Amino acid sequence: MNEPMNEPIATRASGPGEARNAKRWWRGFLVLLLLSVLAELAVSLHPHFAIEALPGFHAAYAFLACGVMILMARVFGLLLRRSQAYYKAADE
Amino acid sequence: MSSALAFVSHPGLVLLGGACVLPWLRGSARNAAVLAIPLLALMLLWQLPDGPAWQANWLGYAIEPLAVDRLSRLFATMFILMAFGGGLYALGQPGRVELPAAFIYAGSAVGVTLAGDLITVFVFWELMAVGSTLVIWSAGTRTAYAASIRYAMIHLLGGVILFAGIAGHLAGTGSAAFVPMSADSAATWLILIGFLINAGAPPLSAWLPDAYPEASWSGTVFLSAPTTKAAVYVLLRGFPGTELLIWVGLFMAFYGIFYALLENDMRRILAYSIVNQVGFMLVGVGIGTEMSLNGSAAHAAVSVIYTSLMLMSAGAVLRATGKRNCSELGGLFRSMPLTALCGSLGALAIASFPLTSGFVSKSMIPQAAAEGHMLWVWILLVAVSAGVFVSFAIKFSWLVFFQKDSGLRPADPPASMRWAMILFAVLCIVPGIWPAPLYALLPYPVQYQPYTAAHVLTQAQVLLFAGLAWCVMAGWVKGWQGVTLDADWFWRVLLAALLRRIGALILATQDCANRALARLACRISYAVARQRVPGGLLVRTPTTGSMALWVMLMLLGYLVLYYVG
Repeated sequence: MNEPMNEPIATRASGPGEARNAKRWWRGFLVLLLLSVLAELAVSLHPHFAIEALPGFHAAYAFLACGVMILMARVFGLLLRRSQAYYKAADE
Repeated sequence: MSSALAFVSHPGLVLLGGACVLPWLRGSARNAAVLAIPLLALMLLWQLPDGPAWQANWLGYAIEPLAVDRLSRLFATMFILMAFGGGLYALGQPGRVELPAAFIYAGSAVGVTLAGDLITVFVFWELMAVGSTLVIWSAGTRTAYAASIRYAMIHLLGGVILFAGIAGHLAGTGSAAFVPMSADSAATWLILIGFLINAGAPPLSAWLPDAYPEASWSGTVFLSAPTTKAAVYVLLRGFPGTELLIWVGLFMAFYGIFYALLENDMRRILAYSIVNQVGFMLVGVGIGTEMSLNGSAAHAAVSVIYTSLMLMSAGAVLRATGKRNCSELGGLFRSMPLTALCGSLGALAIASFPLTSGFVSKSMIPQAAAEGHMLWVWILLVAVSAGVFVSFAIKFSWLVFFQKDSGLRPADPPASMRWAMILFAVLCIVPGIWPAPLYALLPYPVQYQPYTAAHVLTQAQVLLFAGLAWCVMAGWVKGWQGVTLDADWFWRVLLAALLRRIGALILATQDCANRALARLACRISYAVARQRVPGGLLVRTPTTGSMALWVMLMLLGYLVLYYVG
């Protein structure tokens, strides 16, 4: 079996998520978001429901739905979150 | 065909037989057997003709222990593939119980899918619970043991409910055949509940994220598929078009998302993803059109692959670092590029990213909802699709492999684990690019074109804007430590406290009764002792005459009774 290699290193390499790249990643991401909505002009969406025909519906709805879910998860978390040792304490 | 040859023609029994042989093999013979047994089972499965292959009479019921059709062939194929891929992945597992247990587990899941009658379903159903409990046990830790006992309790409860349902159904209809039913009698309700418990449905969903993440690094890979997907299979066969399943499925889908958003343990996040994905499949079963049933079957098949793949990459990280919390991991793509790539491909597949298997399978279910004009179901399924990307794909692959650098530099795992991940990664991509072979395996003819410009664009929008929501709002739920209370609180805390109270009450009552009895015994013995003094009742000497009088009275009484009677 390989030995785990857990030694931290002194200098950290660049990559996604690193602070100094963050601005560049954000710009690229926002351009992609904009393009995905603008592409609706070129593609016919064949909506099944009237609500689907609204411009940018999927984009706005996905954002809102995720926002609401994250918000609700936070509320659930505040109510239901316990310490890691919770069940250990209950078991003993 | 001779009976001995017939016995080995059942692919599930081949895996079960293999499980009996594996403990006696060592070294390369064991490795060869681990890979050869599933391949043999797969070959046998594909040589079986459609229709019942074995028929028998048992206690007056016609049973078909081996019957094949398109649906059962698809599910059995996936279970055998999972046994092969999982076996390859676990070749380096030093524990000697896990692989045989996993083969019992996979073999009995194949047995459930190839059963043409409810009696055979029940037998293999229970065997599956035994195999999976053994897989959890083989992790060898105290928490795994405790979790496995809770797991076994829930599954024994499910088994008892299923048995009661099947017994009632046999008594009511006189037939053991496993055909589509509707939940309109107590017996069929019990069968439905028994099936749903294994699917991870509410209110007992908590058994799944409680037990699966406690298995070893390779054990969780085996656990991810059989129980829940076999439950999807029996619901597809037994209860297609049961509307209740739509709402149960939607509940499970959202439950998985909420709990995964709060979770820090990477394997527990993936356990919630299983509940979520099974929920999606149940919605398809509940809608009940050919398109939605095809969608559920296809999605179950591909989810076996991508869920295993993500758990394989999580297992590789756990094995190399010993850490399971996302908050302690991050940036592992630098030293584990292959694991990061494979884990991310699995994450893209679960998010239904175009060109992955999830895109061509999952989209059939919302499409079926749209064609059935079920606006609310459709709109909730789109929300689930967005939530899946955030709560599983991003939370798992981004937080573990990318994001901030944790400073950990574990290496990619050994060759057997790498090849297992590569195999499953290929199986995540190929159906996404070329869906025709997957569609050809589905129970009904497929007239569905996944790659329309509209579909690709709307899915891309959903994923991109879900990602934006994560970037903006992740801080609200990121980095939370600890456990989230779930229904298992009722049996881990409330029931345990209740039992302790009842136990204490019984002990107290016993104590009280003991003392009262002791006091009574004391009094009696004192009373007796008081009569053992001169002139007391026990020391007195009665005269012979009085005895003769009493004997005469007794004989007289006897005479009277003789005449009266």
